[in-house]
Amino acid sequence: MSHATPQREALLVAEKLTRRFGGLTANSNVNLTLERGTLHALLGPNGAGKSTCINMLSGDLPPSEGRILLGGKDITGLSNHQRSRVGIGRSYQRTNIFPKFSVLENCRLAAQSRRQQPWRIVKDAVRDPDTLARAHAAIAEAGLAGREHRIAGQMSHGEQRQLEIAMVLATDAQVLLLDEPLAGMGSDESAQMVELLKRLRENRAILLVEHDMDAVFAVADTITVLVNGQVLESGDPDTIRKSPAVQQAYLGHEGADHV
Amino acid sequence: MNPTSQRLILPLLLAALLAFPSFGSDFYVELVAKTLVLAIFAMSLDLLVGFTGLVSFGHAAYFGIAAYAVAMITPKYDPASLWLALPAAIIAAGLAAFVIGLFVLRTKGIYFIMVTLAFAQMVFFLFHDTNLGGGSDGVNINFKPDAAIAGWAPFDLNEPGQLYYFIVAALVAVYGVLKLVLRSPFGRVLIGIRSNEHRMLSLGYATFYYKLAAFTLAGALAGVAGFLYAVLSGFVTPELLAWHQSGNVLLMVILGGMGNLVGAIAGAFAFTAMQEAFGAWTKHWQLAMGLAIVAAVLFLPGGLSAIPARLKRAMTGEEK
Repeated sequence: MSHATPQREALLVAEKLTRRFGGLTANSNVNLTLERGTLHALLGPNGAGKSTCINMLSGDLPPSEGRILLGGKDITGLSNHQRSRVGIGRSYQRTNIFPKFSVLENCRLAAQSRRQQPWRIVKDAVRDPDTLARAHAAIAEAGLAGREHRIAGQMSHGEQRQLEIAMVLATDAQVLLLDEPLAGMGSDESAQMVELLKRLRENRAILLVEHDMDAVFAVADTITVLVNGQVLESGDPDTIRKSPAVQQAYLGHEGADHV
Repeated sequence: MNPTSQRLILPLLLAALLAFPSFGSDFYVELVAKTLVLAIFAMSLDLLVGFTGLVSFGHAAYFGIAAYAVAMITPKYDPASLWLALPAAIIAAGLAAFVIGLFVLRTKGIYFIMVTLAFAQMVFFLFHDTNLGGGSDGVNINFKPDAAIAGWAPFDLNEPGQLYYFIVAALVAVYGVLKLVLRSPFGRVLIGIRSNEHRMLSLGYATFYYKLAAFTLAGALAGVAGFLYAVLSGFVTPELLAWHQSGNVLLMVILGGMGNLVGAIAGAFAFTAMQEAFGAWTKHWQLAMGLAIVAAVLFLPGGLSAIPARLKRAMTGEEK
Protein backbone atom coordinates (compact mmCIF):
# COMPACT_ATOMS: atom_id res chain seq x y z
CA MET A 1 0.00 0.00 0.00
CA SER A 2 1.20 3.46 -0.81
CA HIS A 3 1.16 4.55 2.82
CA ALA A 4 4.12 2.30 3.45
CA THR A 5 6.28 4.15 0.92
CA PRO A 6 8.95 5.77 3.07
CA GLN A 7 9.41 9.01 1.21
CA ARG A 8 6.55 10.72 -0.50
CA GLU A 9 7.28 12.72 -3.59
CA ALA A 10 5.28 15.93 -3.82
CA LEU A 11 4.39 16.32 -7.50
CA LEU A 12 1.95 19.20 -7.58
CA VAL A 13 1.88 21.88 -4.92
CA ALA A 14 -0.62 24.72 -4.78
CA GLU A 15 0.33 27.62 -2.56
CA LYS A 16 -2.19 30.16 -1.31
CA LEU A 17 -4.36 29.90 -4.41
CA THR A 18 -6.91 32.67 -4.51
CA ARG A 19 -9.47 33.40 -7.18
CA ARG A 20 -11.84 36.31 -7.19
CA PHE A 21 -14.74 36.85 -9.57
CA GLY A 22 -15.52 40.52 -9.19
CA GLY A 23 -16.49 40.90 -5.54
CA LEU A 24 -16.85 37.16 -4.95
CA THR A 25 -13.88 35.24 -3.62
CA ALA A 26 -14.37 31.69 -4.91
CA ASN A 27 -11.07 30.37 -3.52
CA SER A 28 -9.06 31.97 -0.75
CA ASN A 29 -5.54 30.88 0.24
CA VAL A 30 -6.02 27.26 -0.75
CA ASN A 31 -2.97 25.06 -0.12
CA LEU A 32 -2.85 21.58 -1.61
CA THR A 33 -0.10 19.01 -2.07
CA LEU A 34 -0.52 16.07 -4.45
CA GLU A 35 1.98 13.28 -3.88
CA ARG A 36 2.93 10.45 -6.19
CA GLY A 37 1.25 7.23 -5.18
CA THR A 38 -1.58 8.90 -3.34
CA LEU A 39 -5.13 9.91 -4.04
CA HIS A 40 -6.12 13.24 -2.62
CA ALA A 41 -9.84 13.96 -2.48
CA LEU A 42 -11.36 17.39 -2.51
CA LEU A 43 -14.67 17.51 -0.69
CA GLY A 44 -17.09 20.30 -0.07
CA PRO A 45 -20.72 21.32 -0.43
CA ASN A 46 -21.99 22.79 -3.69
CA GLY A 47 -20.52 26.22 -4.24
CA ALA A 48 -17.56 25.56 -1.95
CA GLY A 49 -15.13 26.32 -4.76
CA LYS A 50 -14.06 22.82 -5.84
CA SER A 51 -14.52 23.51 -9.54
CA THR A 52 -12.67 26.82 -9.30
CA CYS A 53 -9.83 25.03 -7.57
CA ILE A 54 -9.51 22.25 -10.15
CA ASN A 55 -9.83 24.81 -12.97
CA MET A 56 -6.89 26.75 -11.57
CA LEU A 57 -4.81 23.58 -11.27
CA SER A 58 -5.57 22.50 -14.84
CA GLY A 59 -4.92 25.96 -16.27
CA ASP A 60 -8.50 26.53 -17.41
CA LEU A 61 -8.68 29.52 -15.08
CA PRO A 62 -5.79 31.77 -14.03
CA PRO A 63 -5.50 32.32 -10.26
CA SER A 64 -5.81 35.86 -8.90
CA GLU A 65 -3.05 35.13 -6.40
CA GLY A 66 -0.87 32.27 -5.31
CA ARG A 67 1.27 29.86 -7.26
CA ILE A 68 1.33 26.32 -8.52
CA LEU A 69 4.47 24.21 -8.57
CA LEU A 70 5.05 21.00 -10.47
CA GLY A 71 8.07 19.09 -9.26
CA GLY A 72 9.33 22.33 -7.71
CA LYS A 73 8.95 24.38 -10.90
CA ASP A 74 6.55 27.29 -10.99
CA ILE A 75 3.88 26.57 -13.60
CA THR A 76 1.36 29.25 -12.56
CA GLY A 77 1.77 31.08 -15.87
CA LEU A 78 1.17 28.04 -18.09
CA SER A 79 -2.12 27.76 -19.99
CA ASN A 80 -4.21 24.59 -20.08
CA HIS A 81 -2.49 23.06 -23.13
CA GLN A 82 0.94 23.85 -21.73
CA ARG A 83 0.03 22.20 -18.41
CA SER A 84 -1.06 19.12 -20.30
CA ARG A 85 2.33 19.03 -22.00
CA VAL A 86 4.16 19.05 -18.66
CA GLY A 87 2.14 16.10 -17.36
CA ILE A 88 -1.08 17.34 -15.79
CA GLY A 89 -4.13 15.56 -17.17
CA ARG A 90 -7.71 16.46 -16.46
CA SER A 91 -11.12 14.88 -16.80
CA TYR A 92 -14.28 16.93 -16.71
CA GLN A 93 -17.44 16.84 -14.65
CA ARG A 94 -19.55 16.98 -17.80
CA THR A 95 -18.26 14.27 -20.11
CA ASN A 96 -15.86 15.93 -22.50
CA ILE A 97 -14.94 13.57 -25.32
CA PHE A 98 -15.10 13.46 -29.12
CA PRO A 99 -18.55 11.87 -29.42
CA LYS A 100 -18.39 11.01 -33.13
CA PHE A 101 -14.96 9.39 -33.00
CA SER A 102 -14.24 5.81 -32.05
CA VAL A 103 -12.79 5.00 -28.64
CA LEU A 104 -9.49 4.32 -30.35
CA GLU A 105 -9.44 7.65 -32.21
CA ASN A 106 -10.29 9.52 -28.99
CA CYS A 107 -7.30 7.94 -27.28
CA ARG A 108 -5.08 8.09 -30.37
CA LEU A 109 -5.57 11.86 -30.57
CA ALA A 110 -4.75 12.10 -26.87
CA ALA A 111 -1.59 10.03 -27.37
CA GLN A 112 -0.61 11.99 -30.49
CA SER A 113 -0.44 15.15 -28.36
CA ARG A 114 2.82 13.87 -26.88
CA ARG A 115 4.51 13.74 -30.29
CA GLN A 116 2.52 16.17 -32.39
CA GLN A 117 4.78 16.49 -35.45
CA PRO A 118 2.37 18.74 -37.35
CA TRP A 119 4.94 19.33 -40.09
CA ARG A 120 4.96 15.65 -41.10
CA ILE A 121 2.38 16.08 -43.79
CA VAL A 122 3.04 12.81 -45.63
CA LYS A 123 2.71 10.71 -42.49
CA ASP A 124 -0.44 8.64 -42.04
CA ALA A 125 -1.50 9.60 -38.52
CA VAL A 126 -3.64 6.55 -37.77
CA ARG A 127 -0.81 4.15 -38.61
CA ASP A 128 1.84 5.58 -36.30
CA PRO A 129 2.87 2.53 -34.23
CA ASP A 130 4.14 4.49 -31.22
CA THR A 131 0.96 6.57 -30.86
CA LEU A 132 -1.23 3.52 -31.42
CA ALA A 133 0.63 1.55 -28.77
CA ARG A 134 0.09 4.29 -26.20
CA ALA A 135 -3.58 4.57 -27.12
CA HIS A 136 -4.12 0.81 -26.78
CA ALA A 137 -2.26 0.71 -23.46
CA ALA A 138 -4.44 3.52 -22.09
CA ILE A 139 -7.62 1.82 -23.30
CA ALA A 140 -6.58 -1.41 -21.61
CA GLU A 141 -5.61 0.34 -18.38
CA ALA A 142 -8.97 2.10 -18.20
CA GLY A 143 -10.77 -1.20 -18.72
CA LEU A 144 -12.11 -0.55 -22.20
CA ALA A 145 -10.21 -3.27 -24.06
CA GLY A 146 -12.36 -4.84 -26.77
CA ARG A 147 -14.39 -1.67 -27.24
CA GLU A 148 -11.81 0.21 -29.34
CA HIS A 149 -14.07 0.57 -32.35
CA ARG A 150 -17.23 1.63 -30.58
CA ILE A 151 -18.37 5.17 -31.36
CA ALA A 152 -17.77 7.15 -28.18
CA GLY A 153 -21.08 9.00 -28.23
CA GLN A 154 -23.05 5.75 -28.47
CA MET A 155 -21.57 4.17 -25.34
CA SER A 156 -23.11 4.16 -21.89
CA HIS A 157 -22.47 7.05 -19.55
CA GLY A 158 -20.18 4.93 -17.40
CA GLU A 159 -18.15 3.84 -20.42
CA GLN A 160 -17.79 7.46 -21.50
CA ARG A 161 -16.43 8.34 -18.06
CA GLN A 162 -13.93 5.49 -18.43
CA LEU A 163 -13.01 6.76 -21.87
CA GLU A 164 -12.37 10.20 -20.47
CA ILE A 165 -9.89 8.69 -18.04
CA ALA A 166 -8.33 6.59 -20.79
CA MET A 167 -7.72 9.79 -22.77
CA VAL A 168 -5.92 11.36 -19.82
CA LEU A 169 -3.84 8.21 -19.43
CA ALA A 170 -2.94 8.27 -23.12
CA THR A 171 -1.29 11.66 -22.55
CA ASP A 172 1.04 10.00 -20.04
CA ALA A 173 -0.09 12.40 -17.32
CA GLN A 174 1.67 12.09 -13.97
CA VAL A 175 -0.89 14.21 -12.19
CA LEU A 176 -4.55 13.34 -12.75
CA LEU A 177 -7.19 15.92 -11.93
CA LEU A 178 -10.48 14.03 -11.95
CA ASP A 179 -13.65 16.08 -11.66
CA GLU A 180 -16.46 13.86 -10.37
CA PRO A 181 -15.64 10.73 -12.36
CA LEU A 182 -18.42 8.87 -10.54
CA ALA A 183 -21.18 11.37 -11.29
CA GLY A 184 -24.26 9.71 -12.70
CA MET A 185 -22.90 6.18 -12.41
CA GLY A 186 -24.77 3.11 -11.22
CA SER A 187 -23.43 1.24 -8.20
CA ASP A 188 -21.71 -1.46 -10.29
CA GLU A 189 -20.05 1.11 -12.48
CA SER A 190 -19.04 3.11 -9.41
CA ALA A 191 -17.41 0.09 -7.83
CA GLN A 192 -15.45 -0.56 -11.02
CA MET A 193 -14.33 3.05 -11.18
CA VAL A 194 -13.17 2.94 -7.56
CA GLU A 195 -11.07 -0.13 -8.39
CA LEU A 196 -9.67 1.70 -11.41
CA LEU A 197 -8.77 4.73 -9.27
CA LYS A 198 -6.93 2.49 -6.82
CA ARG A 199 -4.87 1.00 -9.64
CA LEU A 200 -4.17 4.37 -11.23
CA ARG A 201 -2.83 5.97 -8.07
CA GLU A 202 0.03 3.50 -7.76
CA ASN A 203 2.50 5.52 -9.82
CA ARG A 204 0.69 8.81 -10.22
CA ALA A 205 -0.70 11.64 -8.11
CA ILE A 206 -4.49 11.98 -8.26
CA LEU A 207 -6.79 14.79 -7.22
CA LEU A 208 -10.36 13.56 -6.98
CA VAL A 209 -13.28 15.95 -6.75
CA GLU A 210 -16.25 13.82 -5.80
CA HIS A 211 -19.66 13.97 -4.17
CA ASP A 212 -19.93 10.27 -3.45
CA MET A 213 -18.80 10.15 0.21
CA ASP A 214 -18.62 6.35 0.41
CA ALA A 215 -16.31 6.26 -2.58
CA VAL A 216 -14.16 9.07 -1.26
CA PHE A 217 -13.62 7.48 2.13
CA ALA A 218 -12.98 4.11 0.49
CA VAL A 219 -10.28 5.33 -1.84
CA ALA A 220 -8.70 8.56 -0.57
CA ASP A 221 -5.34 8.74 1.20
CA THR A 222 -5.81 12.39 2.04
CA ILE A 223 -8.95 14.49 2.12
CA THR A 224 -9.20 18.25 1.97
CA VAL A 225 -12.52 19.83 2.84
CA LEU A 226 -13.36 23.15 1.23
CA VAL A 227 -16.06 25.39 2.62
CA ASN A 228 -16.79 28.85 1.25
CA GLY A 229 -13.62 28.76 -0.81
CA GLN A 230 -11.37 28.06 2.16
CA VAL A 231 -9.68 24.91 3.40
CA LEU A 232 -11.58 23.87 6.49
CA GLU A 233 -9.62 20.75 7.26
CA SER A 234 -7.07 18.53 5.59
CA GLY A 235 -5.84 15.11 6.66
CA ASP A 236 -6.33 11.38 6.35
CA PRO A 237 -9.88 10.01 6.16
CA ASP A 238 -10.00 9.17 9.88
CA THR A 239 -9.03 12.68 10.90
CA ILE A 240 -11.63 14.14 8.58
CA ARG A 241 -14.35 11.78 9.75
CA LYS A 242 -13.69 12.69 13.37
CA SER A 243 -13.17 16.41 12.84
CA PRO A 244 -15.88 18.35 14.67
CA ALA A 245 -15.44 21.28 12.32
CA VAL A 246 -16.12 19.11 9.29
CA GLN A 247 -19.07 17.41 10.93
CA GLN A 248 -20.57 20.71 11.82
CA ALA A 249 -19.86 22.75 8.72
CA TYR A 250 -20.09 20.21 5.99
CA LEU A 251 -22.07 17.23 7.18
CA GLY A 252 -24.39 19.43 9.21
CA HIS A 253 -25.11 21.60 6.18
CA GLU A 254 -25.69 19.20 3.46
CA GLY A 255 -25.35 15.94 5.30
CA ALA A 256 -28.89 14.96 4.40
CA ASP A 257 -27.95 14.81 0.73
CA HIS A 258 -25.16 12.38 1.30
CA VAL A 259 -26.46 9.90 3.85
CA MET B 1 -19.45 8.65 -49.55
CA ASN B 2 -17.61 5.54 -48.42
CA PRO B 3 -14.00 4.97 -49.44
CA THR B 4 -14.64 2.12 -51.88
CA SER B 5 -17.23 4.01 -53.90
CA GLN B 6 -14.89 7.03 -53.89
CA ARG B 7 -12.09 4.88 -55.21
CA LEU B 8 -14.36 3.83 -58.07
CA ILE B 9 -15.96 7.17 -58.81
CA LEU B 10 -12.87 9.38 -58.68
CA PRO B 11 -10.97 7.81 -61.61
CA LEU B 12 -14.19 7.88 -63.65
CA LEU B 13 -14.71 11.56 -62.91
CA LEU B 14 -11.12 12.32 -63.76
CA ALA B 15 -11.40 10.37 -67.03
CA ALA B 16 -14.55 12.34 -67.90
CA LEU B 17 -12.78 15.62 -67.19
CA LEU B 18 -9.78 14.62 -69.28
CA ALA B 19 -11.93 13.47 -72.19
CA PHE B 20 -14.30 16.43 -72.08
CA PRO B 21 -12.42 18.82 -74.47
CA SER B 22 -12.58 16.22 -77.27
CA PHE B 23 -16.37 16.39 -77.47
CA GLY B 24 -17.37 19.59 -75.66
CA SER B 25 -17.64 22.88 -77.54
CA ASP B 26 -15.22 25.71 -76.76
CA PHE B 27 -17.88 27.48 -74.73
CA TYR B 28 -18.44 24.47 -72.52
CA VAL B 29 -14.75 23.70 -72.19
CA GLU B 30 -14.23 27.18 -70.84
CA LEU B 31 -17.26 26.88 -68.58
CA VAL B 32 -16.01 23.59 -67.16
CA ALA B 33 -12.53 25.10 -66.72
CA LYS B 34 -14.06 28.01 -64.79
CA THR B 35 -16.06 25.56 -62.69
CA LEU B 36 -12.93 23.55 -61.90
CA VAL B 37 -11.28 26.75 -60.67
CA LEU B 38 -14.28 27.35 -58.41
CA ALA B 39 -14.03 23.72 -57.28
CA ILE B 40 -10.43 24.35 -56.14
CA PHE B 41 -11.67 27.46 -54.35
CA ALA B 42 -14.48 25.50 -52.67
CA MET B 43 -12.12 22.71 -51.57
CA SER B 44 -9.80 25.27 -49.98
CA LEU B 45 -12.72 26.72 -48.01
CA ASP B 46 -13.91 23.25 -47.03
CA LEU B 47 -10.63 22.74 -45.15
CA LEU B 48 -11.80 25.52 -42.84
CA VAL B 49 -15.58 25.12 -42.80
CA GLY B 50 -15.95 21.38 -43.12
CA PHE B 51 -12.83 20.02 -41.44
CA THR B 52 -11.77 22.60 -38.87
CA GLY B 53 -15.18 24.05 -38.03
CA LEU B 54 -14.18 27.60 -38.93
CA VAL B 55 -16.95 29.25 -40.94
CA SER B 56 -15.03 31.89 -42.87
CA PHE B 57 -17.23 34.41 -44.66
CA GLY B 58 -14.31 36.24 -46.22
CA HIS B 59 -12.58 33.60 -48.27
CA ALA B 60 -12.86 35.62 -51.49
CA ALA B 61 -10.19 37.97 -50.14
CA TYR B 62 -7.45 35.39 -50.71
CA PHE B 63 -8.86 34.35 -54.09
CA GLY B 64 -8.92 38.00 -55.18
CA ILE B 65 -5.52 38.90 -53.76
CA ALA B 66 -3.94 36.10 -55.80
CA ALA B 67 -5.80 37.24 -58.92
CA TYR B 68 -4.56 40.79 -58.40
CA ALA B 69 -1.05 39.50 -57.79
CA VAL B 70 -1.10 38.03 -61.31
CA ALA B 71 -2.32 41.33 -62.73
CA MET B 72 0.31 43.33 -60.90
CA ILE B 73 3.18 41.02 -61.71
CA THR B 74 2.36 40.88 -65.44
CA PRO B 75 4.18 43.62 -67.40
CA LYS B 76 2.10 45.68 -69.80
CA TYR B 77 3.66 44.42 -73.02
CA ASP B 78 5.13 41.06 -71.95
CA PRO B 79 3.97 37.89 -70.27
CA ALA B 80 5.12 37.12 -66.73
CA SER B 81 6.89 33.86 -66.08
CA LEU B 82 4.47 31.20 -64.83
CA TRP B 83 7.14 30.01 -62.40
CA LEU B 84 7.26 33.45 -60.86
CA ALA B 85 3.59 34.45 -61.09
CA LEU B 86 2.12 31.24 -59.65
CA PRO B 87 4.27 31.13 -56.49
CA ALA B 88 3.88 34.90 -56.08
CA ALA B 89 0.08 34.61 -56.21
CA ILE B 90 0.05 31.68 -53.76
CA ILE B 91 2.43 33.41 -51.36
CA ALA B 92 0.52 36.71 -51.51
CA ALA B 93 -2.75 34.93 -50.68
CA GLY B 94 -1.15 32.77 -47.98
CA LEU B 95 0.59 35.73 -46.40
CA ALA B 96 -2.64 37.74 -46.33
CA ALA B 97 -4.42 34.78 -44.73
CA PHE B 98 -1.65 34.43 -42.16
CA VAL B 99 -1.82 38.09 -41.13
CA ILE B 100 -5.62 38.24 -41.11
CA GLY B 101 -5.72 34.87 -39.34
CA LEU B 102 -3.64 36.28 -36.48
CA PHE B 103 -6.56 38.60 -35.73
CA VAL B 104 -9.70 36.72 -36.70
CA LEU B 105 -8.75 33.44 -35.01
CA ARG B 106 -9.00 35.14 -31.64
CA THR B 107 -12.76 35.16 -32.11
CA LYS B 108 -15.26 32.32 -32.24
CA GLY B 109 -18.64 31.45 -33.71
CA ILE B 110 -20.73 34.30 -35.07
CA TYR B 111 -17.96 36.80 -34.28
CA PHE B 112 -15.56 34.82 -36.41
CA ILE B 113 -18.01 34.93 -39.32
CA MET B 114 -18.43 38.70 -38.99
CA VAL B 115 -14.73 39.47 -38.51
CA THR B 116 -13.64 37.40 -41.51
CA LEU B 117 -16.26 39.28 -43.53
CA ALA B 118 -15.02 42.63 -42.20
CA PHE B 119 -11.42 41.93 -43.16
CA ALA B 120 -12.47 40.76 -46.62
CA GLN B 121 -14.45 43.97 -47.08
CA MET B 122 -11.38 45.97 -46.10
CA VAL B 123 -9.40 44.19 -48.81
CA PHE B 124 -12.26 44.75 -51.25
CA PHE B 125 -12.28 48.51 -50.62
CA LEU B 126 -8.50 48.62 -50.75
CA PHE B 127 -8.69 47.53 -54.38
CA HIS B 128 -11.99 49.25 -55.16
CA ASP B 129 -11.16 52.72 -53.84
CA THR B 130 -7.45 53.05 -54.62
CA ASN B 131 -5.50 52.88 -57.85
CA LEU B 132 -3.56 49.89 -56.59
CA GLY B 133 -5.18 47.59 -59.16
CA GLY B 134 -7.07 49.90 -61.49
CA GLY B 135 -9.73 50.91 -58.97
CA SER B 136 -13.36 49.89 -59.45
CA ASP B 137 -12.82 49.20 -63.18
CA GLY B 138 -10.33 46.45 -62.53
CA VAL B 139 -7.40 45.70 -64.74
CA ASN B 140 -6.66 43.64 -67.85
CA ILE B 141 -4.03 40.96 -67.94
CA ASN B 142 -2.79 41.33 -71.50
CA PHE B 143 -0.60 38.24 -71.56
CA LYS B 144 -1.08 34.86 -70.00
CA PRO B 145 1.93 33.67 -67.98
CA ASP B 146 4.68 32.04 -69.96
CA ALA B 147 5.58 28.48 -68.95
CA ALA B 148 9.03 28.58 -70.57
CA ILE B 149 11.98 27.38 -68.51
CA ALA B 150 15.24 28.68 -70.00
CA GLY B 151 13.72 28.99 -73.45
CA TRP B 152 11.96 25.62 -73.44
CA ALA B 153 8.18 25.70 -73.05
CA PRO B 154 6.60 22.46 -71.78
CA PHE B 155 3.12 23.82 -72.49
CA ASP B 156 1.41 27.04 -73.57
CA LEU B 157 -1.36 28.56 -71.45
CA ASN B 158 -2.51 30.65 -74.44
CA GLU B 159 -3.87 27.43 -75.92
CA PRO B 160 -7.34 26.98 -74.34
CA GLY B 161 -6.95 23.20 -74.45
CA GLN B 162 -3.62 23.25 -72.65
CA LEU B 163 -4.89 25.76 -70.10
CA TYR B 164 -7.82 23.41 -69.45
CA TYR B 165 -5.46 20.51 -68.71
CA PHE B 166 -3.30 22.76 -66.57
CA ILE B 167 -6.39 23.55 -64.47
CA VAL B 168 -7.32 19.87 -64.22
CA ALA B 169 -3.77 19.17 -63.04
CA ALA B 170 -4.06 21.94 -60.44
CA LEU B 171 -7.37 20.47 -59.23
CA VAL B 172 -5.79 17.04 -58.84
CA ALA B 173 -2.77 18.56 -57.06
CA VAL B 174 -4.89 20.58 -54.60
CA TYR B 175 -7.11 17.57 -53.95
CA GLY B 176 -4.00 15.46 -53.34
CA VAL B 177 -2.44 18.01 -51.00
CA LEU B 178 -5.65 18.28 -48.96
CA LYS B 179 -6.08 14.49 -48.79
CA LEU B 180 -2.51 14.16 -47.58
CA VAL B 181 -2.92 16.93 -45.02
CA LEU B 182 -6.15 15.45 -43.71
CA ARG B 183 -4.69 12.03 -43.01
CA SER B 184 -1.56 13.48 -41.39
CA PRO B 185 -1.25 14.19 -37.65
CA PHE B 186 -1.91 17.86 -38.45
CA GLY B 187 -5.18 17.12 -40.25
CA ARG B 188 -6.35 14.82 -37.46
CA VAL B 189 -5.90 17.67 -35.03
CA LEU B 190 -8.01 19.96 -37.23
CA ILE B 191 -10.82 17.40 -37.24
CA GLY B 192 -10.48 17.14 -33.46
CA ILE B 193 -10.77 20.93 -33.17
CA ARG B 194 -13.99 20.86 -35.16
CA SER B 195 -15.38 18.20 -32.84
CA ASN B 196 -14.30 19.66 -29.49
CA GLU B 197 -11.72 22.43 -29.36
CA HIS B 198 -11.71 22.73 -25.59
CA ARG B 199 -10.83 19.05 -25.26
CA MET B 200 -7.98 19.48 -27.73
CA LEU B 201 -6.60 22.28 -25.57
CA SER B 202 -6.75 20.21 -22.42
CA LEU B 203 -5.06 17.34 -24.28
CA GLY B 204 -2.10 19.64 -24.89
CA TYR B 205 -2.71 21.03 -28.37
CA ALA B 206 -2.02 24.73 -28.93
CA THR B 207 -5.10 24.93 -31.13
CA PHE B 208 -4.55 28.58 -32.11
CA TYR B 209 -1.43 27.71 -34.09
CA TYR B 210 -3.11 24.74 -35.73
CA LYS B 211 -6.00 26.93 -36.78
CA LEU B 212 -3.61 29.61 -38.01
CA ALA B 213 -1.75 27.05 -40.12
CA ALA B 214 -5.05 25.77 -41.54
CA PHE B 215 -6.23 29.31 -42.26
CA THR B 216 -2.96 30.11 -44.02
CA LEU B 217 -3.03 26.90 -46.05
CA ALA B 218 -6.66 27.47 -47.03
CA GLY B 219 -5.76 31.02 -48.10
CA ALA B 220 -2.80 29.80 -50.14
CA LEU B 221 -4.94 27.17 -51.90
CA ALA B 222 -7.62 29.76 -52.57
CA GLY B 223 -4.69 31.63 -54.11
CA VAL B 224 -4.17 28.76 -56.56
CA ALA B 225 -7.80 29.20 -57.61
CA GLY B 226 -7.45 32.98 -57.80
CA PHE B 227 -4.36 32.64 -59.95
CA LEU B 228 -6.11 30.29 -62.36
CA TYR B 229 -9.18 32.49 -62.51
CA ALA B 230 -7.09 35.53 -63.44
CA VAL B 231 -5.22 33.57 -66.11
CA LEU B 232 -8.42 32.08 -67.51
CA SER B 233 -10.41 35.30 -67.68
CA GLY B 234 -7.53 37.69 -68.44
CA PHE B 235 -9.27 40.32 -66.36
CA VAL B 236 -9.55 41.06 -62.63
CA THR B 237 -12.02 43.35 -60.88
CA PRO B 238 -12.75 44.11 -57.24
CA GLU B 239 -15.85 41.92 -57.63
CA LEU B 240 -13.57 38.90 -57.21
CA LEU B 241 -13.01 39.97 -53.59
CA ALA B 242 -16.59 40.99 -52.88
CA TRP B 243 -18.70 39.33 -50.22
CA HIS B 244 -20.94 37.82 -52.92
CA GLN B 245 -17.98 35.76 -53.96
CA SER B 246 -17.34 34.67 -50.34
CA GLY B 247 -21.03 33.80 -50.04
CA ASN B 248 -21.08 31.87 -53.32
CA VAL B 249 -18.15 29.67 -52.38
CA LEU B 250 -19.70 29.03 -48.97
CA LEU B 251 -22.89 27.95 -50.74
CA MET B 252 -20.88 25.59 -52.96
CA VAL B 253 -19.40 23.95 -49.86
CA ILE B 254 -22.81 23.68 -48.20
CA LEU B 255 -24.47 22.38 -51.37
CA GLY B 256 -21.80 19.73 -51.77
CA GLY B 257 -21.79 18.73 -48.12
CA MET B 258 -19.31 20.15 -45.63
CA GLY B 259 -16.28 18.08 -44.76
CA ASN B 260 -16.10 16.23 -48.08
CA LEU B 261 -13.66 17.29 -50.80
CA VAL B 262 -15.51 15.53 -53.61
CA GLY B 263 -18.64 17.20 -52.25
CA ALA B 264 -16.99 20.60 -52.62
CA ILE B 265 -16.22 19.81 -56.27
CA ALA B 266 -19.79 18.61 -56.80
CA GLY B 267 -21.05 21.77 -55.09
CA ALA B 268 -19.09 23.96 -57.50
CA PHE B 269 -20.57 22.09 -60.48
CA ALA B 270 -24.10 22.21 -59.08
CA PHE B 271 -23.76 25.93 -58.40
CA THR B 272 -22.49 26.72 -61.91
CA ALA B 273 -25.08 24.45 -63.51
CA MET B 274 -27.88 26.21 -61.63
CA GLN B 275 -26.48 29.60 -62.54
CA GLU B 276 -26.42 28.64 -66.22
CA ALA B 277 -29.78 26.88 -66.25
CA PHE B 278 -31.70 29.57 -64.37
CA GLY B 279 -29.83 32.30 -66.25
CA ALA B 280 -31.01 30.88 -69.58
CA TRP B 281 -34.54 30.55 -68.30
CA THR B 282 -35.25 33.88 -66.61
CA LYS B 283 -33.53 37.16 -65.94
CA HIS B 284 -34.61 36.76 -62.31
CA TRP B 285 -32.30 33.79 -62.07
CA GLN B 286 -30.97 34.77 -58.65
CA LEU B 287 -34.44 34.43 -57.16
CA ALA B 288 -34.89 30.97 -58.65
CA MET B 289 -31.42 30.00 -57.53
CA GLY B 290 -32.07 31.20 -53.99
CA LEU B 291 -35.19 29.05 -53.83
CA ALA B 292 -33.30 26.05 -55.19
CA ILE B 293 -30.60 26.46 -52.54
CA VAL B 294 -33.15 26.79 -49.75
CA ALA B 295 -34.81 23.62 -51.02
CA ALA B 296 -31.47 21.82 -51.19
CA VAL B 297 -30.59 22.75 -47.61
CA LEU B 298 -34.07 21.75 -46.37
CA PHE B 299 -34.43 18.47 -48.22
CA LEU B 300 -30.84 17.39 -48.57
CA PRO B 301 -29.10 17.91 -45.26
CA GLY B 302 -25.51 16.80 -45.67
CA GLY B 303 -25.48 18.07 -49.25
CA LEU B 304 -24.79 16.25 -52.50
CA SER B 305 -22.11 14.08 -50.94
CA ALA B 306 -24.77 12.53 -48.68
CA ILE B 307 -26.74 11.23 -51.67
CA PRO B 308 -24.93 7.87 -52.10
CA ALA B 309 -25.49 6.96 -48.45
CA ARG B 310 -29.14 8.05 -48.68
CA LEU B 311 -29.68 5.97 -51.82
CA LYS B 312 -28.10 2.98 -50.15
CA ARG B 313 -30.35 3.38 -47.14
CA ALA B 314 -33.40 3.75 -49.35
CA MET B 315 -32.53 0.61 -51.32
CA THR B 316 -31.78 -1.59 -48.35
CA GLY B 317 -34.76 -0.12 -46.49
CA GLU B 318 -32.57 0.53 -43.49
CA GLU B 319 -33.70 3.02 -40.90
CA LYS B 320 -31.23 5.87 -40.33
